[in-house]
Parts: sequence; structure tokens; C-alpha cells
Amino acid sequence: MKTKKNNWIITLFIFMGSLFILFPLYLSITTALKTPQELAESRLAFPTGLHFENFITAIEMTNFFNALKNSFIITVSAVSITILTNSMVAYAIARNMHKKFYKGLYFYFISAMFIPFPIIMLPIVKQTHTMGMDNPIGIIFLYIVYGLAFNIFVYVGYIKSIPLSLEEAAVIDGASTWVVFWKVIFPLLGPMNATIGILSSLWIWNDFMLPLIILTKRRMMTLPLVQFVFQSQFSTDYNLAFASYLMALLPMIIVFILAQKWIISGVMKGGIK
Amino acid sequence: MNKGKYTYLLMTIPALLLFFIFHTYPALNGVFYSFTNWRGFGDWEFVGLKNYINVFKDSRALDAYFFTFKFAVISALLVNILSLTIALGLNAPIKFKKIFRALYFFPNILSILIIGFIFNYIFGKIIPPVARSLGLEVLSRSILGNPDLAWIGVTVVAVWQAAAFNTIIYLAGLQTIPIELYEASLIDGAGKWKNFWSITFPLIAPFFTINMVLAMKGFLQVFGLILALTGGGPGRATESISIIIYRGGFKGGEFAYQSANAVIYLIFLVTISILQIRFLQKREVQL
Repeated sequence: MKTKKNNWIITLFIFMGSLFILFPLYLSITTALKTPQELAESRLAFPTGLHFENFITAIEMTNFFNALKNSFIITVSAVSITILTNSMVAYAIARNMHKKFYKGLYFYFISAMFIPFPIIMLPIVKQTHTMGMDNPIGIIFLYIVYGLAFNIFVYVGYIKSIPLSLEEAAVIDGASTWVVFWKVIFPLLGPMNATIGILSSLWIWNDFMLPLIILTKRRMMTLPLVQFVFQSQFSTDYNLAFASYLMALLPMIIVFILAQKWIISGVMKGGIK
Repeated sequence: MNKGKYTYLLMTIPALLLFFIFHTYPALNGVFYSFTNWRGFGDWEFVGLKNYINVFKDSRALDAYFFTFKFAVISALLVNILSLTIALGLNAPIKFKKIFRALYFFPNILSILIIGFIFNYIFGKIIPPVARSLGLEVLSRSILGNPDLAWIGVTVVAVWQAAAFNTIIYLAGLQTIPIELYEASLIDGAGKWKNFWSITFPLIAPFFTINMVLAMKGFLQVFGLILALTGGGPGRATESISIIIYRGGFKGGEFAYQSANAVIYLIFLVTISILQIRFLQKREVQL
């Protein structure tokens, strides 16, 4: 087999395709660094100097660090509680699938994957408002609950493949179900926890719909929502707008650059499941 | 083992309660109000099926269903063809494999709302001057401002982002195919094209089913992208179903009416998903 040799024609096509992916990013970076005059001369050229004042104005105008803090707190809390609780629920279901109650529970949760959000959207706004949950704590709750459908599906599939003999050994040693889960099973879920953690983080960090309807107060808003709210104020000041967009995208871009190998293999594992 | 039984219940009952309170209950609530004339505040009374009948007479709603369906079918097909092609390329013996793989996944980590804003600028300010100098009449003005073509703009951006995720899933699928299969067919003298249709595609078919169903489901719920890219315009040319439920329900005082619309939307979505799974699985067996 001549598999070792690199195929340069395909490499070239793949390279050209990747330019389509990089172009919007190039445009965002250069536009954010230009002055309005430079932009008027050429929209595509490289900036002549580095103008960071757009970033400073955007930070002050949108209260960037406050939105960053909100996004960070909501994502980190929701994702860690999701991993701890959803895996536990899935464990109880996976080990009792022969019982009617748990089997019913399984299908009850996963059938929610086919329920479109708009049917819940109008009533949940009234409900969270009456319950005093139209705030970051409330939205963390909602993310944990709404993730259940997909997460139970993935976790149960994985837990079923873990041999029972491991648990039986621990039970003979006198361990309770609770201890068996946290000491024996949870550590074995590492790869699935990573996959669920990555997919949930991407969803929650970038989500726009739930913050839009739940977080009505400006000081509670997340990064994507702030971009939406300020869109009309950016008006035609594209330099300012792109500086703001870029900063909103940057935290995820940095995480991706640092952990891309890990993130992609996590997503691939979820895909094969 | 009685103790274990209680532990299992303790592990699941709180999740069951929370799920019911924050998912099932509001959904049932929506169904309930769809039979009333509630505007989201004030008094209400039962009106029977009036809201449902009115949705079918509402040209704005029907247009939204038509737009959303057209957009979802075309985008899902394009995404899957494109993703499979890219995945085949990334799976081939190419240089800088790891870097390209990361690059092609990159759009998936970005907020669709901000992508929408960036592409709005590209369609409005970057493409028209280039098109004018090339003499391309159609693109010399933002296609997002053209009621007949705006949906193409929305499709392009949706495909740009969604292809990233699907490519990785296909790549994962391709890597499960044992290389010996290709070696055997190489001995039989099969060409690359035949190889693809007789080995790769049948083995990748389950991934194709899942990707089509998931992509369709995602596109049928399109929301943030539309708000950022066109705002539903020009006029109402690109209003999706989620957008009219959001706008009518929150801003138009149509809580009950849009709840009825949401119930129809639910039936629409579930029907499409079931039909798709049936149809695509039948093909899988044949192959």
C-alpha cells in the first residue's frame, strides 16, 4: 500500500477550503484594529497601525467584563452540576432498565429531545418570573434540566457497557449503592464526562435564546446577549462593533487553541456512541 | 438490597420532579392556553379550536412554515454532502492533517449570533463592491436585502457553521472502517469511485441517518442566526417559525395564538423526524 505518501492535490483543496473558514476571522481582526478612515479606504487591507482604542471603547460601552463574568459563572456552574447529577441519574436508570419505572423514566427523558423549545418558551418565561428565577441562578437550573434528555441518552449507553463485576466486588466488600457510584463508577466515566462537559460548554456558552427570554436585566446578561442588545448602538461604527464581537468570541477561541486536540476527540467519541 | 433500592430512587426522583416542573409542566401549560384567548395578561376564556383554525388561515404563519421547511431541507442536504466530502479529504493522506482538522472544526465553537452579525457585514459591505467590479449584477447589492434571495444568504451561513460539527462526526465514522476492506477491493481492481459507493458509503450510512435527522431538527428550529442576519426580513421573507412564536407571543399579545402555533410546530417536527428515520433506515438495509 502506498498510504504513506501525501496526496498534494487533496491537500491543496483542503487548504483552499480552509480559507473560507479563516476569512471571516481575518476580517473581524483587521476591522477591529482599523480606524474608520482606514476602513473607508479599504475594507480588506491590513491595518496600517494597531488601534486598540476600539477595544477600550467596546469594553466600556458594553461593560464587557461584567458580561464575561456572567457567562463564565453560568457556564462553569451549569456544566459541573450537569456532569455530577446527570451521570448519577443515568447510572440509576442504566442499572435498573429491567424495571418498568426506570425504563419509563428513560423514555420520558429522551423523548424530550424531539420537543421543540418554542412550545415551552412562552410559559417558562411566566413561570420563572413568578418563581423569582429570572436570573443567573434560574438559568443555571434550566440548563441542567434541559440537558438531561441528551445526556441521559449518552450516559446510559456508556454505563451499560461497563461490566457489572466491578460493582459486585465492591458490594461484597460492603459498599452501598451510593459509594459504588461515586467511588467505582464515576471515575470510570472520565471520557464520557469530558464529552458531555465539552458539548454542554459549547451549547451554554454560545446559547442566545434562553438568556434572551430569561435574563431581562442588563447587569445579568451574557456575552452573546450583550452583542445583540448593543447591535443598534454600534450602528455603522463597524470598527467598534467588530472589536466587541471579537472580544466576545475570544474566550472560546483561546480555550479551543489550548485544548483543541482534547475537544475534537471528545466530540468524536460522542459521535460514535 | 432494600437499601440500594432507596438510593436508586433518591438518585432519580429529584431529577424527575425538576424535569416535570421545568419541562413537561410548561409544555402542558402551553397546550392548555392554546385553547384559550389569553394575551399573556388579563382575563381569558376557552375558545376551543379557534386558534388552530386561525393558524392555518394566517399567511404570515404559513409563509414561515414554508420558509423554515425549505431552508431546513436544503441546508441539511448541503451540510451533509459538504461535510462528507471534507471528511473524506481530511481522512486522506494529506499534509498538516491535525491543523486542518482543527481549522474545519473551528466554526462550531463560535456563537451563531455573532457569526450572523459578521456575515451580515460580509454580504452587505464586502461582496457588493467585489461583485460590481466583476460585473455580477445579482450580488452588487446585499442579497440579504432581496426578498427572493435572502434565504440563500441564510442558508450559506447556516451551512458554513453546521458543516464543522458534521465533518467531525463523519470523520469519526470513517475512522471506524477497517483499512483491510480497501486493501481487499484494491486487489479486486476496484477504482476509487466504486470503492466509495460499495464500501465507504454503506458503512457510513448510519452516520448519514443520524446527521440528516439532527441537522434537520436543528435547522427547523433556526432562531439566533435569523435575528442576527436578517431580523426576519426583508419584510417577512426570512421569518422562521421560532421567530414568529417569539415575536407574536412576547411582543404581539398573542400568547394563546402562538401557543397553538407551537403545538402545530411540535407535531410538524415530530412527524418529519419519524418519516426521516423510517425512510433513511429503509435505505440503509437495502444497501
